[in-house]
This record gives sequence, structure tokens and C-alpha cells, in this order.
Amino acid sequence: MSKLKVAILGSGNIGTDLMKKIMRSPHLELTTVIGIDPDSDGLRKAREAGFKTVHTGLDGFLENPEEADVVFDATSAYAHIKHAEQLEAHGIRAIDLTPAAVGPLTVPTVNLHENPDAKNVNMITCGGQATIPIIHAVSQLYEVEYAEIVATIASKSAGPATRANIDEFIATTSRAIEVVGGAKKGRTVMILNPAEPPIMMNDTIHLIVDQTLVDEDALYEKLLQTEQAVQQYVPGYRLKSRPFVEENRISVFVEVSGAADYLPAYAGNLDIITAAAVKIAEEWSKAKATV
Amino acid sequence: MKRDVIITEVALRDGSHAMRHQFTEEQVRAAVTGLDEANVPYIEVTHGDGLGGSTIQYGHSLTDEFKLIEAAVETAKNAKIAVLSLPGIATKPNIKRAADLGVSMLRVATHVTEADVSLQHLNLGKELGLETVGFLMMSHMAEPSKIVEQAKIMVNGGADVIYLVDSAGALLPYQVTERIKALKQEIDVPVGFHAHNNLSLAVANSLAAIEAGAERIDGSIRCLGAGAGNTQTEVIASVLDKMGIQTGIDIYKIMDVAEDVIAPILPQPQEITRGSLVLGYAGVYSSFLLHANKASEKFGVDARDILMEIGKRKAVGGQEDMILEVAAELQQQ
Repeated sequence: MSKLKVAILGSGNIGTDLMKKIMRSPHLELTTVIGIDPDSDGLRKAREAGFKTVHTGLDGFLENPEEADVVFDATSAYAHIKHAEQLEAHGIRAIDLTPAAVGPLTVPTVNLHENPDAKNVNMITCGGQATIPIIHAVSQLYEVEYAEIVATIASKSAGPATRANIDEFIATTSRAIEVVGGAKKGRTVMILNPAEPPIMMNDTIHLIVDQTLVDEDALYEKLLQTEQAVQQYVPGYRLKSRPFVEENRISVFVEVSGAADYLPAYAGNLDIITAAAVKIAEEWSKAKATV
Repeated sequence: MKRDVIITEVALRDGSHAMRHQFTEEQVRAAVTGLDEANVPYIEVTHGDGLGGSTIQYGHSLTDEFKLIEAAVETAKNAKIAVLSLPGIATKPNIKRAADLGVSMLRVATHVTEADVSLQHLNLGKELGLETVGFLMMSHMAEPSKIVEQAKIMVNGGADVIYLVDSAGALLPYQVTERIKALKQEIDVPVGFHAHNNLSLAVANSLAAIEAGAERIDGSIRCLGAGAGNTQTEVIASVLDKMGIQTGIDIYKIMDVAEDVIAPILPQPQEITRGSLVLGYAGVYSSFLLHANKASEKFGVDARDILMEIGKRKAVGGQEDMILEVAAELQQQ
């Protein structure tokens, strides 16, 4: 089977977690990890694992553009705007893990197959990946008038790009709650908690639906199906309890523990987005193999 | 006018919590009129959780906060209007809109160890020509050296003033002294202090801060702030006047505003209840109080047990969703 050739752009928390996941994929062949600091932990780990590394950014990599069919961009929203143009000019497809939102917003359990030929797809944010499957599930049962998510992550799991992009995180997640999740109005809150030992990624989803007679058992059943669907690619994804329902308001509590590929298990926020990105690339690889 | 200590009145922001975010335009106009006549230099007006705080998580505002901000700007003749932003809740368009309405000061609040998330907002504030404040919340959770390190990040990011914020009302006077002293030694911009009266220490802590070099103090008139409220504005103004420290505030007039304008709109008098006392004792963000009281009724558990558990889990500001979860867990035990 011919594997899709991929490269990772960005050697921070997300890029390095992605590397570990791609190494396990039967469908993807990682060729290169691209960074800007030869001494970064991410590039060092990539060299140790036997991958080619480039420390002159995307410009350096594009001297040999045939090294990738697909580039995962794990830099920052600002940087991705430029990267997107460069990659497209070279005919390389982009899976964007920044909140730049250049390409269609994508959540595997909701719209994995909607844009099979997109040159660039966007993975929204960790908070979006953790909550939109739930919002979409509820929107299958009721009209969702409003959905608000509160993503709480451990301070240690938020690297410098994440911290510099909080406004973009909020804007992109809120838009995806509407466009992908199916809520009429989306809102996002993000919180960093520095507690030691670090807290697990925690997401609360508050929804207002169009009716007050919520069938709690049917709702819970639907949420359990969603939990299972996400667990296919993120095993540590779980509902913390039954949903709380008060008239037309529903609150759902989710926890995401990671596979501890790079940072320890508390950093489920890395896994929820990197695993989703890998799943997209694998679908592309399978599609290519059947052509 | 000479002001040795600059007071910022926060009742129309921090008090939003105690009011369950139900302020009306008329109330804001009346309060700002009185505060302005009493010569209070800065008045903060925003949802309790800052710009964009109107949510299910924190409680929806009765009146759009931009209407309240606009009313305050229109009403104030001399006082400057300030707004608060918490990165993670507020975004840049909120700040731009507040600036368009004519506010003068932007205070950017982060948890005491997470100052770098304030930089986007501080930069924007400077670009918009606003006076900017870096607001380090939950400062009882960090040692002085850590606080200095984080304050420097905000100063480098453009903060004109740094505030030490005792969001839980948990600091004791000597802890305020050591923190303010450390800041004064290491940073060159003015330093402020924001207290909560949960342990009945707000005035004492504010005095400790001033003695250690703080130039700015937050007050809430009639203690209209989250938990047991903040440093009571009319009290600190009177105490400082007695000490010969000029705030510029007319103490008779500010007492009248407290009695005649603010007291009548309080849902209940701002006392140190067992709930607010436990906030300070356990080190919990003051706005959690009313949410814990509500969960206590719903789940039939003691609000104090909820707050103690939240303190143990080291919740930071904004994690109100944890209250429901903890209450449900306690109910099952």
C-alpha cells in the first residue's frame, strides 16, 4: 500500500505529539519535521527518531517540496496565513492545527467526508474538537439556540503559540460551534489552570434548546454514542456524568485524558486535535490508495 | 489636584456579581453622577467577569454592558471610565468597541501565573491610546518572586500600572506587605491593590499595601463587590483622609452616595456571611459565592463544603462550572 508522505511544520507541543501519533499510523509516512530552532526539544526528538529535520521554517523545506503530499501546520494562526499560500502554490495539501481557519472547519465525527478534495482543512481548536461532537449530537435531537463551551486546560499544556492566539482560539471555536456544531449562536471561554499536579483537560458545554421537555434518557443515550465515536480516535475522551438538565438548558461535562505521547496524560488537549488531524490524513491516504 | 493615592471605584463591575448582573442604565447613571460629584477619579463599568462576561457560565447581563458603559461615559464629567478584560473571555473586538464608546482605561486580568496571555489585549489597549493596567488575580496563590516575574511580563507588554489582586480575599496583611514591597523593588510602574473583604481585612490590607508603596487602591462603595465586597470606598477615603493621605474624594459626598444611591439597590446588605467568610478562608475566587449558594439549594449540600472542596482543587477565576460538578459529587457521597 502506498503511504501518503507527510511533514510536520512546527516543533512545539502539538507538532511533537503529532509526530508520535503519525509514527504509529499504517497509512502515513512521516518524512520531515520542520521548525525554526535547531535546539528545540521537538526537533531533537525528531532527529533521534530518525526523521529529517529542517530548522529554517517552511521556506527551507520548500527547497525540496516533493518530500510531502501533506503538511500538518502546528505553528500559529498568524504564521499559517502565509504558510497556506506557500503550500497551495506548491500543490501540497495542508492540515491546519492553528486557529487560522483558512480552510473548511473539520471535526471527524461530524464532517469528515464533506470536503474530500480541500487543499486546506482546519482543525479548529482543541476546545472545538472536544465539544463540537456533543453540540452536533444535541442538534440532532433539538434545535440548539445557543451553545457555550468552557475549555479548561492545564497551564503546562499551553505553549507560547496557544497563549498568543487566545482571541483566535475563541473566534474560531465560536464560529465552528455554529457552522459545524449546528448551534444558532456559539460562545467560547478558555481557562488556563496552573494547579499541580496538572489538571486533565476539562470541557463544559452549556446548551439552550428550543424546548423544555428534554427526554433525558434519549439525550444521554445520544451522548454515549458520541462519546464512543470520539473514543475511536481519542480513547481518553469521556463524559464525566449524565447531563444536567434544567428546563431548556443542558450542561454536559467532558474530560479528555491524553495518550501521553509527548506531554503526560493531563494534556488531552493535544491528543484531541492531533488525533483528529491524523484521522483526516489517514482518510486522504486511503482515498488515494483506492484511486 | 493632588492625589497621594488614586482610588478606582469597582462597584459597577465587581458589584455586578452581587447584583447577579442585573444593573440597569438608570442605576449606572445615578451611581456615576454621585461618584463623579464626590470626585472619584476612575470608575470601572463592565460585566463582573469583564467584557463579554454575559454567559451561562457566569450569568447573563440584564442590560448589554456596552449600554452601561456608554451611559457611564456620557454621565461622567470628570471621572474616567475603565473596563476590565479577561483574556479567554473577552476578545479584541469587545475592547475596540469599549474604546469607541470613550473609555479611558483598560484593565487586563489574568491568573497570577499566566500573565503572558494578557499581551494581545495590552498591546491593543496601547494602540487605542488607553491607559493600561495589568491585573494579577488570585495573588494569594503565588509567592512574591513569581508575582514579580509575571508583573514584568505585563510591564514589558505595555502595562502602565500593575495591580496585585486578592480575588479570594485570602491574603493576610503581612502577605500583602511582602508582595507589594517585592513589586515596588523590582518594577518601575505604579502598583495598585485590589482587595476582597471576605476575612474583614480589606481596609487593613489596603493600608498595608499603601504603606508598602502602593499608589492605587480599588474600592467598592457600600462594599458592593463579589463575596463580601471590596475595600469599602467611603471607609478607605475617610481613613486615608484621617491619616492625611489625599485621595481627592469628598468624604461627605461619597458617604451620601453609599447611603442614598447604592444601599437602596442592594439585593441584600453586603455582610460577611458564612459563605463569603469561607471564600477567604479556603482561597476561592469571590464570584463563586452566589453560584455555590444556588448549587447548595439545588443539591441539598452545604455551600461551605462546596467552596472548601473547590479551594482544595485549586480552581482559578472563571471555573464556575466546577461548582455544579462538585455539588453533584458531594450529594452522592
